[in-house]
Amino acid sequence: MSIQSGIKYFWSSFWQLANPKIFMGWSGLWLPWVIACTVICLSTGLIWGFFFTPDDVRQGSTVKIIYLHVPSALMAINGYFLIVVGSLFWLIRRQHVSVLAAKAAAPVGMTMTLIALATGAIWGQPMWGTYWVWDPRLTSFLILFLFYIGYLALWKAIEDEDKAADLTSVLALVGAVFAVLSRYAVLFWNQGLHQGTTVTIADGVNQENISSVFFQPLLLSMVGFGLLFFALLLVGTRTEVRARRLKVLEAFERAH
Amino acid sequence: MIQVFRRDVVLSIRSGGGFGLALIFFLIVVVLVPFALGPDQSLLAKIGPGLLWLGALLACLLSLDRIFGMDYEDGTLDLLATSPLPLEGVYLAKSAAHWLTTGLPIALAAPVLGVLLNLNFYVSGVLCLSLLLGTPTLSLIGSFGATLTLGVKRGGLLLSLLVLPLYIPTLIFGALAVHAAALGHTFEGPLIFISAISLGAIAILPFFSAAALRINLS
Repeated sequence: MSIQSGIKYFWSSFWQLANPKIFMGWSGLWLPWVIACTVICLSTGLIWGFFFTPDDVRQGSTVKIIYLHVPSALMAINGYFLIVVGSLFWLIRRQHVSVLAAKAAAPVGMTMTLIALATGAIWGQPMWGTYWVWDPRLTSFLILFLFYIGYLALWKAIEDEDKAADLTSVLALVGAVFAVLSRYAVLFWNQGLHQGTTVTIADGVNQENISSVFFQPLLLSMVGFGLLFFALLLVGTRTEVRARRLKVLEAFERAH
Repeated sequence: MIQVFRRDVVLSIRSGGGFGLALIFFLIVVVLVPFALGPDQSLLAKIGPGLLWLGALLACLLSLDRIFGMDYEDGTLDLLATSPLPLEGVYLAKSAAHWLTTGLPIALAAPVLGVLLNLNFYVSGVLCLSLLLGTPTLSLIGSFGATLTLGVKRGGLLLSLLVLPLYIPTLIFGALAVHAAALGHTFEGPLIFISAISLGAIAILPFFSAAALRINLS
């Protein structure tokens, strides 16, 4: 199979997932494996990181919070990105699975944002001497958290499911524009205390980058968090699909 | 479109909610702050610009659910939707009416109230200019939020929750411009940013709001 036909095959099978029946079959098949991989990656990454890496010269043991902080922050942003993509697919293609995936991603992403904020605060107290500073990165995460709350609240407030799906999708798209805008607006507003990115793929090129002793377990826990997000997303979407089916059945019962 | 605009302005003036409500709220905020923080002139001058911007923002928030709420309940909005005027135009006319009855009076009153907070003439001028450029965005974003929460009963809290994060960039640049002027720096940069956000909102939000209106009216 050539690369082009491979890509074509991937997309055609990807769009087939929008069919709830195919999605349920596929996700039911893969979910146990995803969960197994999540457990392996997360437990290995976290145990390796917490117990088998040296303390940092200046930060001591507090450096180890990085194994929770960085992956959860990554997933918090990816969560919102996923909501936007899911909403866009819903508005264009009108396939329920995509918007249900967006709905399922919201609570997970919100929790990840909260974990990132909490671990950051716990790390900040001994390092910066304060739990919270109005630093651009911290502030943008707080704003991201507000976006998640607003998105979820709108879902809860509207009773008609399809109407809620449409309106939350519109909100997610406009919110994405303003989230990016806020991200760069806060840069003008306050100078940062948060360090720059030290985790990049081009490890060893940049002298400022994190040492590979820390990088390897961190990479593993980042993969673990990604898998965890994916697993929770699948579980959430499956629940939403089932809840929809239940409602249809109930409506059917009542009608007869 | 002009008819809708004129109708909304007249309605909000005659029902006593428009001009009065936002302005009086703004006045109360500015008058109460010195009582809460003490009459220290240099402190008031320092926090004044940000405070006036915050007061303007909250005053704008007060009347948002009136923009579409009443028309939705008594069916006027359904009639407007079937009229030849596209919903994008309805949204723009209603946002403009909201701005004329809240944003504009606030922007004009701000320099006067700035005197109470020990702002000098020059800073007050910049404040007025930044509010004139920034409050249209507040009305536009607010009306967009109002279209989203149209069908929600008691949606006021939800509306504020949705709208506040969207207000952040405008608030940052607006307060920044006035602060820069107070410190004697150049203030054109933030003003250009506010204008850019306003123009962007005028260009993009009508389509999203009209989509939300269509969803709610279907």
